[in-house]
Amino acid sequence: MSAQGPPSPAVEAVLAFADDELVLGWRDSEWTGIAPFLEEDVAFSSIAQGEIGHARALYELAAGVLGGDADALAFDREPGEYRCAPFVELQLVDDWAATIARHWLYETADSVRVAELVDSDWPELAGLAAKMDREEAYHRMHAQMWADRLRESAERDRFEGKVAELWPYALGLLEPGQRDRLAELVGREPVDAVERGAHTEGFAELHGEMTMVRRSVAGARW
Amino acid sequence: MVTTERVWEALAEIADPEIPVISLVDLGVIRDVEVVGRQVRVEFTPTFLGCPAQEVMRNQLAEAVRALGAEPQIDVILDDSWSTDRITAEGRRKLEESGFAPPHLRASAGSTVVQLDTQAFRCPYCSSADTTLENLFGPTPCRSIRYCRSCRQPFEQFKTI
Repeated sequence: MSAQGPPSPAVEAVLAFADDELVLGWRDSEWTGIAPFLEEDVAFSSIAQGEIGHARALYELAAGVLGGDADALAFDREPGEYRCAPFVELQLVDDWAATIARHWLYETADSVRVAELVDSDWPELAGLAAKMDREEAYHRMHAQMWADRLRESAERDRFEGKVAELWPYALGLLEPGQRDRLAELVGREPVDAVERGAHTEGFAELHGEMTMVRRSVAGARW
Repeated sequence: MVTTERVWEALAEIADPEIPVISLVDLGVIRDVEVVGRQVRVEFTPTFLGCPAQEVMRNQLAEAVRALGAEPQIDVILDDSWSTDRITAEGRRKLEESGFAPPHLRASAGSTVVQLDTQAFRCPYCSSADTTLENLFGPTPCRSIRYCRSCRQPFEQFKTI
């Protein structure tokens, strides 16, 4: 395939998905070294590595159509070209309840998205989604375990408050037609979503940090 | 003239970069080998997408082919074809010998929930089934951490995927 013409909706969707995974992986990695338990330092670091690995595979798939490579798509675009949902951009480090609320909502939403992609008529995407789904099973187990734990704790109201706050953002991760399914899975009513398109205030700083090496040395690999 | 058998033999000598007791062939990441004249095509399918050892493995495969005097073409297949069921019986034995509980067979395990089943994994040191899950996540994407209540030893377990 050539690098001509605007990307098809399928490629756009793959890029948006890759951007979600890259940015969330980056945000998850901010817990490395400062999570409330040593086990969670390890868990969030490993989950971050998993999400960024998924981003790389998705960028490679998109690069096969658009030209370039995964690193160029991940790090050489301008902030305005990223299509990640505001949900993944929020910097929640320091707030464990909010972090678990996002983790639980994200993994649940992601399961809806991946379940559809497994049946994609783009065979490489369908195969990749099936592989991702099996890895994500561990992320889902971890998220559910922590959501249950906080719901059974004295911090239940605080946790539920964070879920409610993040709910409009979580909906924005999915296509409108997928949102009822998410609402059903998490037991909430659909509301107006915080949509993709505009970035949150913190994104410029995150983009600057993520792309620093590539901007310092053009084409750097590490 | 390089034969397919010689290539498989050479690849079986390559140790996994992170768990060196097991070879890349035992790990099941080589899906196919095809020899066309001087060209050797190897289909490589990584374990976890986030595995940082992927590039090292790919380079090791290419080097092993070159050492046979052939030209490597390493095709990375990112589909659903690798699972822990692809680890060979020999590979499972080697994992256990070096203190890793091998993964459950997916065919018999049914679902990933088996990970939380305390009776499902035996301690690789004392064989006790009295073990608990300490952390779903470990030092690499493919490992979890368990603890043996019988010999009081933490150990690593290969995730079943």
